[in-house]
Amino acid sequence: MEALKQELKENIIEQLNLEDMSVEDIADDDMLFGDGLALDSIDALELIVMLDKNYGIKLTDPKEGRTIFESINTMAAYISEHRTK
Amino acid sequence: MSLDGHVIFNEQHSNFSEFIKAAYKAQNTKYPKFFKMDHLSKLAFLTADILLKNQGINSEIENNIALVFSNKASSLDTDLSHQKAIQDKDNYFPSPAVFVYTLPNICLGEISIKYKLYSENSFFIFERFNAKHLFTYTNSLVQDNKAESVLCGWVELEGENCEAFLYLVSEKGDMKHTKKNIITLYNT
Repeated sequence: MEALKQELKENIIEQLNLEDMSVEDIADDDMLFGDGLALDSIDALELIVMLDKNYGIKLTDPKEGRTIFESINTMAAYISEHRTK
Repeated sequence: MSLDGHVIFNEQHSNFSEFIKAAYKAQNTKYPKFFKMDHLSKLAFLTADILLKNQGINSEIENNIALVFSNKASSLDTDLSHQKAIQDKDNYFPSPAVFVYTLPNICLGEISIKYKLYSENSFFIFERFNAKHLFTYTNSLVQDNKAESVLCGWVELEGENCEAFLYLVSEKGDMKHTKKNIITLYNT
């Protein structure tokens, strides 16, 4: 699980172009949206694509993303349970 | 990069990404969303930002500045990136962050957000720099009181090649707004 969290942080920084941020800047329970990393709606769509591309998870209901993308902890837990690759 | 005839940034970099990042940092432009933009928007945004902040434009209040930009390649650079992502039906993962930049006028939106512009904006595609059109269109905006001033120019990017030339037109200025002067500035 810790390796997956590390991988998620690296992918989020790279794919969402968080230029001035490093893995160490993201705590496992930081809010990804709102007051935390302040990601926006396009970032949310990128995360949905990332789940599909990297882990074979297709989100059919975008509303699911609200809880899944709350933090690195929630993302890692969801991916561990639902990944197909 | 030069401003009013003075070189303000002169560094060689191996590619556009490194060049524009170095220029952004050298200009001390604090705008985290910059790194999410496509290449054309980065070029247009940074060029506009350098010009506007040196004119003392306050980005914290609404500004009545119209934008009239132009180029030849439109958003081709980003269009190609998007095409690559959708070319293989078995590996079909289009990026929303890339797709939103597959229009050239998105760069005007980026500038408008930073400088709180709710004014007119247009992006024209021409075969080459068209001073006559920029001159006529800008005059029309100013004469019809559509804006207090107009930021105009040419922002071209294709692959690693880029060219940006912007100028600000207003009722008060040091140089008369004529087609000849626009061409002279462009060729300087």
